[in-house]
Amino acid sequence: MNDVITVSDDTFDEAVGLSDIPVVVDFWAEWCGPCKMVAPILDEIASAHAGKLKVAKLNVDDNPRTAQRFQVMSIPTLLLFKNGETQARIVGARSKSQILSEFEPLL
Amino acid sequence: MESGATRDLVILGSGPAGLTAAIYTARADLRPLVLEGEPSSSSDQPGGQLMLTTEVENFPGFAHGVLGPELMVSMRAQAERFNAEIVTERASRVDLTSRPFGVWIGDPDAPEPTLRTRAMIIATGARSLMLGLENESRLLGYGVSTCATCDGFFFRDKQIVVIGGGDSALEEALFLTKFGDSVTVVHRRKELRASKIMQDRAFRNDKISFRWDTVVVDVLGNERVAGLRVRDLNTGALSDIPADGVFVAIGHAPSTELFTGQLDTDDAGYLLTSEGTKTNVPGVFACGDVQDHVYRQAVTAAGSGCMAAIDAERYLSSLAQT
Repeated sequence: MNDVITVSDDTFDEAVGLSDIPVVVDFWAEWCGPCKMVAPILDEIASAHAGKLKVAKLNVDDNPRTAQRFQVMSIPTLLLFKNGETQARIVGARSKSQILSEFEPLL
Repeated sequence: MESGATRDLVILGSGPAGLTAAIYTARADLRPLVLEGEPSSSSDQPGGQLMLTTEVENFPGFAHGVLGPELMVSMRAQAERFNAEIVTERASRVDLTSRPFGVWIGDPDAPEPTLRTRAMIIATGARSLMLGLENESRLLGYGVSTCATCDGFFFRDKQIVVIGGGDSALEEALFLTKFGDSVTVVHRRKELRASKIMQDRAFRNDKISFRWDTVVVDVLGNERVAGLRVRDLNTGALSDIPADGVFVAIGHAPSTELFTGQLDTDDAGYLLTSEGTKTNVPGVFACGDVQDHVYRQAVTAAGSGCMAAIDAERYLSSLAQT
């Protein structure tokens, strides 16, 4: 099962807000170099935590409303959602171990 | 990467210096291991400072310019073509007193190094400085940015401030005029350090204005950046500049913390080299911005990476003969 999904302004609330497992939302864009380094790390995290954690990718170019709603002004930004609520926020690219040490205790 | 192994050569860093050293030493069959660094949104990341730039117009061989990140992807692929081993890790500690040298990855307090190496090329580069203000770090990601190419987009039709007076400050300012309504460059002196061509472009751009002899005292804003509080150095007067986005480009510091107490540095922390790229420890070579605060160009970094490769190769063959 692939746990990396793509969300948009229209599908965000259902896919993230109503998810019964925690969701990491990756706010990214094609022109952002550091975003490209984070993407494969999130793929690995998604497979390693399959069934317990979802990874959702939101393209800020195409979905400015959601980016604005969560005050994303810098990418990559990773937001961890649980029961529709923001639990943690990472601004800027990080290594896998740094991302996990922020998010894992909250899962 | 095999843990506990002894290598001939480890290269720390993967900007133009580190990757050029990797291309040359891999081609010479030294099987270098490159610790390319870890992802970040600062210039301290795999590929180095060029990863945060856009068009590179002065790297020879690219008549029409090349995008910084593309140039680095291409250098990396060239190193891999000759079987350089590149891993996305950073060294957490090095021991240059024992031989072979010890290199730790991950826990720096582990009793044994992750690997050992007979020679080392240091190309850890320099990273951009921040102002060091409390509100600057609090508002990082909320209007304060270290990456114009990543975040410029969020400041469409907004007021932007760039702090600094060098080439990177003006490059960011010019790039940000694509998005912002206005770009104010705040600089502590009354003339720029930037190259003439960048100055001409900035002065010609209607969206860019300058605040000379001005230092930043505080970043204003609760939830997000609202502006900057600045002091005029001539009058001492404080004033506020309204801004939605703040980009800091006030210069660089060498990434040499790993070598403190083990290698000679100048007062600013840059590694000292002699006879080419030799440091004060035989077998340890330094190239690129980590040892150069004068030229700091992609092409000079690449050039010194080549020198370090040749120096390391000679050193290793002299070891083999004894």
